[in-house]
Amino acid sequence: MSSPSDVREKMRKKRRELQESLGRVRDDKQALVASDWDLSQDNGHTAVEMLAGGQEDPGETLRRSMMAKRMKKKKKLLKEMPVESPPDEEVTAVPEQDRPHDDDDDDVQPVRDLPPRPAMRPGSSQSETTMRQRMTEKLRAAKSKAASLLEQESIIEPASRLQSLRDRETLTRFDRDTDPDLRADEDSSFTARLKFRDVARRATTDKRTEAGLPTAEEAYNFFTFNFDPEPQQQPRRKKRRPGRREAEEEGEGEAGEGDGEDEEEGEEERECEGEEESEARDEDAPLVRDEDEDLFLIDQSAQDFLEVRRAEYVDYSRRLQRERDTLFVPSMRTVPASSKLAENVRPRYLEEEGLYVGERPHVGLTNQNILENRILKQGEGRKWFGDDGRIMALPDPIKESSSRPPLFHLEDELDPALQTAYRKALKSKHVNLYISGMGDPQSDYQLDVDVSGLIFSHHPLFSREHVLAARLAQLYDQHLTRQHKSLTRLLTDKLNGLRNTIHNMLELHRGEALSQVTQQRMAEYKQEVRHTRQLRDVEQDKDRALLKSIIRVWKELKALRDFQRFTNTPFKLFVRREKVEREQDEQECEDDIMAEVEELQAEMEEDYQKKMSEYRRQHEEWKSWKRKQKVLKKKQKKKRQQEEEEEDEESEEELGEEPEKPDPPEKPDSGSLEEQVREKAARIRRKPGEPVLIPELTVSGPVTPNEQCPRAEFARREDVSKRALFIKVLYNDKEVSRTDSRALNMDFRVHFGQIFNLKIVNWPESIKLQVFEGVGSSSTLLVEVCVPVPESSVLTGSAPSEEMEFSSNQRVTFNHEGVGSGVPFSFEADGTSTQTLLTSGKLSCCVSWAVGEDDVPLAPPSSQPGGGMYSGLGQMDAIACIGASSLNDMKKLGKWAAESRLDPNDPNNTSIMQLLSVVSGGDVAVPEYFRLEQLQEEFNFLTDEELQRSRRFRLLRLRSQEVAEFRHFKCVPSMEREISQKVFQDYEKRLKDGEIIDTKEHIDSHRALVAKYLQKVRESVINRSLIAKHHFMLSDVVSEDEVPSIGVLGWNLFKLAEPKRPLKPHRKERKKVTAQNLSDGDIKLLVNIIRGYDIPVRRLHTSKPPVSAKSGRSFTEPFAAPVLSQINQQGSEWPFGQPLIRPFVEVSFQRSVLQTSAAEGPNPCWNEEIVLPFSAPNGDYSSTSLQSVRDEVFINIFDELLSDVVEDERERENTIHTRIARHWLGSIKIPFSTIYLQSRIDGTFKVSTPPVLLGYSKERSLGSEGGYDTIRSLSEGTFLSLFITIEPQLVPGDTVREKFDSQEVERLLIASEVFEKEASRQFPDRPCLSTVIDINGKTVFVTRFIRPLNPPQELLDAFPNSPQETAELVARYVSLVPSLPDSVSFAGVCDLWSTCDQFLTLLAGDEEEHAVLLCNYFLSMGRRAWLIIGSAIPEGPTAYVLTYEQNRYLIWNPSTGQHYGQYDIFCPLQTIGCLINSDNVWFNIQPYAAPVRMSFDVSKPKLWKPFFSRSFPDPGLSSVQPEALVYRRTDKAAAVELQDRIEKVLREKIMDWRPRHPTRWNRYCISTLRQFLPKLELSGGREVAEEHRLELQSLLGEYTISGFPLHLPFSEIRPIIEAVHSTGVHKAEAPNVEFALAVHVHPYPGNVLSVWVYIASLLTAQ
Amino acid sequence: MTSNNPAVFLLMINGQIEAADFPEYDDLYCKYCFVYGHDWAPTSGLEEGISQITSKGRGSQSLVWNFPLDITFKSTNPFGWPQIVVSVYGPDTFGNDIVRGYGAVHIPFTPGKHTKTIPMFVPESTSRLQKFTSWLMGRRPEFTDPKVVAQGEGREVTRVRSQGCVTLQFNIVTKDMKKLGYDTTSIEHSPARTPQQL
Repeated sequence: MSSPSDVREKMRKKRRELQESLGRVRDDKQALVASDWDLSQDNGHTAVEMLAGGQEDPGETLRRSMMAKRMKKKKKLLKEMPVESPPDEEVTAVPEQDRPHDDDDDDVQPVRDLPPRPAMRPGSSQSETTMRQRMTEKLRAAKSKAASLLEQESIIEPASRLQSLRDRETLTRFDRDTDPDLRADEDSSFTARLKFRDVARRATTDKRTEAGLPTAEEAYNFFTFNFDPEPQQQPRRKKRRPGRREAEEEGEGEAGEGDGEDEEEGEEERECEGEEESEARDEDAPLVRDEDEDLFLIDQSAQDFLEVRRAEYVDYSRRLQRERDTLFVPSMRTVPASSKLAENVRPRYLEEEGLYVGERPHVGLTNQNILENRILKQGEGRKWFGDDGRIMALPDPIKESSSRPPLFHLEDELDPALQTAYRKALKSKHVNLYISGMGDPQSDYQLDVDVSGLIFSHHPLFSREHVLAARLAQLYDQHLTRQHKSLTRLLTDKLNGLRNTIHNMLELHRGEALSQVTQQRMAEYKQEVRHTRQLRDVEQDKDRALLKSIIRVWKELKALRDFQRFTNTPFKLFVRREKVEREQDEQECEDDIMAEVEELQAEMEEDYQKKMSEYRRQHEEWKSWKRKQKVLKKKQKKKRQQEEEEEDEESEEELGEEPEKPDPPEKPDSGSLEEQVREKAARIRRKPGEPVLIPELTVSGPVTPNEQCPRAEFARREDVSKRALFIKVLYNDKEVSRTDSRALNMDFRVHFGQIFNLKIVNWPESIKLQVFEGVGSSSTLLVEVCVPVPESSVLTGSAPSEEMEFSSNQRVTFNHEGVGSGVPFSFEADGTSTQTLLTSGKLSCCVSWAVGEDDVPLAPPSSQPGGGMYSGLGQMDAIACIGASSLNDMKKLGKWAAESRLDPNDPNNTSIMQLLSVVSGGDVAVPEYFRLEQLQEEFNFLTDEELQRSRRFRLLRLRSQEVAEFRHFKCVPSMEREISQKVFQDYEKRLKDGEIIDTKEHIDSHRALVAKYLQKVRESVINRSLIAKHHFMLSDVVSEDEVPSIGVLGWNLFKLAEPKRPLKPHRKERKKVTAQNLSDGDIKLLVNIIRGYDIPVRRLHTSKPPVSAKSGRSFTEPFAAPVLSQINQQGSEWPFGQPLIRPFVEVSFQRSVLQTSAAEGPNPCWNEEIVLPFSAPNGDYSSTSLQSVRDEVFINIFDELLSDVVEDERERENTIHTRIARHWLGSIKIPFSTIYLQSRIDGTFKVSTPPVLLGYSKERSLGSEGGYDTIRSLSEGTFLSLFITIEPQLVPGDTVREKFDSQEVERLLIASEVFEKEASRQFPDRPCLSTVIDINGKTVFVTRFIRPLNPPQELLDAFPNSPQETAELVARYVSLVPSLPDSVSFAGVCDLWSTCDQFLTLLAGDEEEHAVLLCNYFLSMGRRAWLIIGSAIPEGPTAYVLTYEQNRYLIWNPSTGQHYGQYDIFCPLQTIGCLINSDNVWFNIQPYAAPVRMSFDVSKPKLWKPFFSRSFPDPGLSSVQPEALVYRRTDKAAAVELQDRIEKVLREKIMDWRPRHPTRWNRYCISTLRQFLPKLELSGGREVAEEHRLELQSLLGEYTISGFPLHLPFSEIRPIIEAVHSTGVHKAEAPNVEFALAVHVHPYPGNVLSVWVYIASLLTAQ
Repeated sequence: MTSNNPAVFLLMINGQIEAADFPEYDDLYCKYCFVYGHDWAPTSGLEEGISQITSKGRGSQSLVWNFPLDITFKSTNPFGWPQIVVSVYGPDTFGNDIVRGYGAVHIPFTPGKHTKTIPMFVPESTSRLQKFTSWLMGRRPEFTDPKVVAQGEGREVTRVRSQGCVTLQFNIVTKDMKKLGYDTTSIEHSPARTPQQL
């Protein structure tokens, strides 16, 4: 396959040589050409090539690699060419192929010369360029391409091509590099090339067209050619380049020779073109096929490799040019106004024309220019500009100042005006009467009350004349109003009109038969006429009477004036006469009368007719009746009947005559009628021809001046002048304003003319005006006038002034001329015809709704039905609002609505209409109940019963309820049948167990009860915390770094400058892990055992006791110094030279046991880390679950005992046969919860060693003896340095964030909160406690727990002489109450404190309870005692007890019963936070918190900060503790029974633990031990040890005994078993080992039991 | 699994975390994990994974991982249908590796090909000062467990900011769902049709 390429390579080499030789000559040409291309910039590829040609180095290597690739491709390509001959033939085939190619080249040269991009293709121009230019173009292109083409076709250069080659030598070898690439380009642009050929052809034809007519060929093309759009574009582009051509022509000048050649060639080409054209004309197909064959093939294959093409690079200037077409950078220059406006339009400035133009929003000038330029660039940009040539813009919407001033929250200082003050809420009586919609500020309503004045129609100060004048005025008023109404005239006109109508109607029909309708109407008219006539008569009568009375009163008045000889009133009556034309008047009168008479006649006729018909009917009836009667009574009473009949007939006759009766009066009646009418007319009307009398009352008359009046009258006038009046306006019975007081005038009129504007908030219920009359300063209520509340449509301005009449019934008498009020008086001198007048008058006022500024009535909306009229409640009750309250029956309402004919269109009635339509619309049976989920049943998945029955659903439900058994149940089976009933067994059992007390497990029934109770409390608390668990805080979900405080930051910065100390490693904070995504095996418990102190050492098992042992020791010292020496002496006697002891530590946790290697000596140093796996119960690693882990870490110290078991001495030389035995020396147990909550435990711990350790003794002797040194000796013991932690560090769950309710005073709680907060701020590591939570979950102040309480009397009696021992005994008693940390029982909740009686009842409690009890006991024993809240190891935060006696402080550990001196370095108490007694709480503010370094003098406020101080005194808190504790004597028999049971259980257990060995029990030993245990209990486990040991040794001399008594407080049997198991005594595996086990239970009062277990293994000494 | 009465149904997921769009960040990698209910168990495949670090292409804005997912679950109960939780990490300006987004989506339950786009978000700092210091120290707030984004509990205490999106593609095959009575394919949905031809 390589052969073709080889051939090519050869050819290439040859060509290169040739080119190189030529290249040397053509340097100048090269430069020229290069410059040409640079100028033209038309083809990216060629340009690049040229550039590369100029600077070879950078691209060369790359190109070479590229070329190599392409060569490979070429090979493939060749393979794929099916037309080409097989490679072997290639060599020969090539020259053969040359031919057509060569021809091709000649012919198609201009075509093939095309640069790959048709866009930039130089070509013929149609119009302007000369032929020569066109040729130059082509030649130039040809230069660039010819070489590559040649090569690519694998053509051996023909001699004739040399010419062109010379031009092309610039391309040299790089050309070759690029050629495959180029070819690909060309291939891809093959179609374009074809197109170009067409163009070229057309160009020539174009020339011809220029010359003359279209040729035949052109015509042929026209019809056959498929016109492409592209060729048309090309010429256009070419046009753009005249400038460049010029440059090129300059170049031509320089290189004339080359150009000449070019020209030649160009001409050649033209000829070729011509040929081609002719060919195309004649036989298009062969030529195309020729080209097609190979080109097409290349094209096809090259396309497959397109992706490998070299990356395109568009050079910068070209890119710029290209971008210029699409991109546009708007200029920042100002746009001339002319371009923004239409042509010949001058900018028009609206502002200058006086129109308002808002301020435009501010836009930067440059931005504005940019925007304008951008807009202008668009097609219709101009429409964005306004008339003024600026961009149209709305006015700036931003206000200058913010509408709401900013409110600065300065914490300390708030403007006093803004400060809020507490006002107690006032309950208003009229709360319900508020106008709805008062909320919105626009609707303030205003009532205008206009009090214009008042006129008295009677006043006590009236003189007689006044009375008459008032009457006259009244009558005249009446007359005026009547005249104003002119009812008489109105009625007269109406009457005339009616008469005319009737007349017309009769005229119209003229005797013709009247239709029914007309008759009906006639009748109606006549009826109307009659009615009207009567009314007119009445009115006329009244008019006349009024006129008469006016005149009469006036006459009286005149008479009075004459009589009293002075005038008081200015009234004067004139009667004007109006003359009438007599004849006309008479005529009218006569007409009227005649008409009336006529009508009356007609009426009578009608009446008569009616009566006749009535009569006839009656007659008929009577007849029929009579006939019947006749038939009935004929036979019986003939005669009588006859008579009667006659009578009847007579009456019948009379009746029959009746119709005739009215007939005769018809005529005489008409006369009488006329008379009657005339008489009436004379009475009520003025006589015809009489002048019309019109009275006129004037007030122009002179009033007699005061001086001329008599004294009485003068006094009256004086009195009048003294009087003053004012009016109070009352709104809703509240005075809102009053008028000025005005003097009473002589005419008893008062003018106020005041308008009160009432701005109202409440519904108007009543408006009252009270008229007050005063003399001087005193005033009396004269009268009260109620004014109706106006309709909302009554508005100020349009409302008429109303006159309200009023009267008062007060009695007033005067001794002057005043007539008084309510008293009779007479006008006559003789006192007859008295009359009584009451004060009365008219108040003219006007109440209306005000009109606002913008003509908006300030009235409540009328849509509020009856708003003003009724109470505001009306708005709530639709029925009440229409005035029909308590209309509950819908039917009645409907009836009422129908009756009252409510207008359905009145908006006021909308509500009721709606109501009625609803009611009448259909009997919608409204159900009595309301259902929330009507369709629930349809959506129920299953019925509830099925849901209950299905095991699967039950399982799912229990799981989602997080029931402990199912909380993490995985993969609930999909099928019901796959769930066995067993799944629920445990759960159901537990539910059932709720009621039954399991005595088996708890042994003691009392304890079982307590356990039950605790269990219940725990469950309820846990349920509460489960809910709280689902409350998340941000820190639970998002881990975020705390913001470092400035101090920390500063420290960190400081640390940066610190020198690096690689040898001083820093402790790194471990990352805390929240217990969420943990699984089994993730958590490990790390126990680092560092070293031990004072571990007991072995004592040689000698049968003879050291004699000196007993004498040299005090009784209190259990371990003897002489023993030490003895051992030292005997040390050499050990078979293997064993050291004194080989202790190792074994740590067991969750049944996994690991141990250290054995160290040597009593003070060993292990320094080993033990890693124990931890698995949480049920795989639940939530913090709640972890907190409730009750497992304990047991750390046991053992002595490794190696004993030689080689039986045969001879083997000793080559055999080691050793038995390893281990002896338990002591243990420490640390609950896991402690480790979990404290995250690490670090310190030296006292190992609890058994009081007697057979075979071991303490190495160290004691110091000085005496007095309280026992305390020091107690602190002596075995110690172990430990470091325990959990890896990874777990974050203990937070306590429940829940505020507990309390019965404490709020003030106390706040104070305690402040106290604790301050304490934790000052000393964060010192625990402070002031309030605690009792067992009921209530917050209680801590001092309430402290109260002296009596310890059991037995304990006090035990050591009557030694208070110290009593104290120890009491402490021991307290420590015997089992300890149960709250964190275990009430996981994640909090510390619960129980009172002492609860504690003793439950017999379980935390350190606090122990400490409180101990403290209370000490207090009752008369000691000074405090509760210490501090932290100790290993418990962490805990409570101890402090006592003060004999000038020293003692610290008691209540859980163990141990006590320490203040300066005891082994005291486990590390930090003291606060001291508590029954009076106060003191917080430690000393610099040190360790007991050794502090003072306990609480009276010093500098050292101890008291809670209750002078500023906050003790309120005298009562204690929550009972008065005294009652102890139940424990049943001894029960204790013995318990003892037996424990022993039995333990024995069985030990046998279980030794499954592979028989367990033998040494009865003798057991009985010995059993006797010994009570002694131990009595002595407190110390004194008798040595004695006992000796006793044992003497008894069991032949045995090696290792064993010890264990002492435990009793709670359950499980811990006892655990403790026994952890000692590992059962592991003794010697074949002849025997065991001894003794149990003793000592009962203390109150069911407190002390359990001793003595366990020993015996080995027969050989 | 030829029995006619299957006890479990299977859900096979394969697909890929195709790409992400984080406009301002680069050089990101992602982690994924599945969150599922108690009744679900993975039978094969990886439950968690961490991808390579990917950078943006020159022209493109998306970060392409094409990180395959292949896991099969078995379950007895559709409750707790698996969700995939994707968390994206990348370096900040100081080179600290910080979280760039969390997101979760349920695995589609109809068989066929699905493309899901998960909007991503990150928890916000609690205060401006926190924000500044976290920016400075390169310790932005993170979820203690990325799985919280797949559950509703405890989300109310967080404030988050959206941060781009991740596109995932799933091919889902289920087995025995119908036999157990869970019909997830509706008539309208035709999983065979894929929008390959435009």
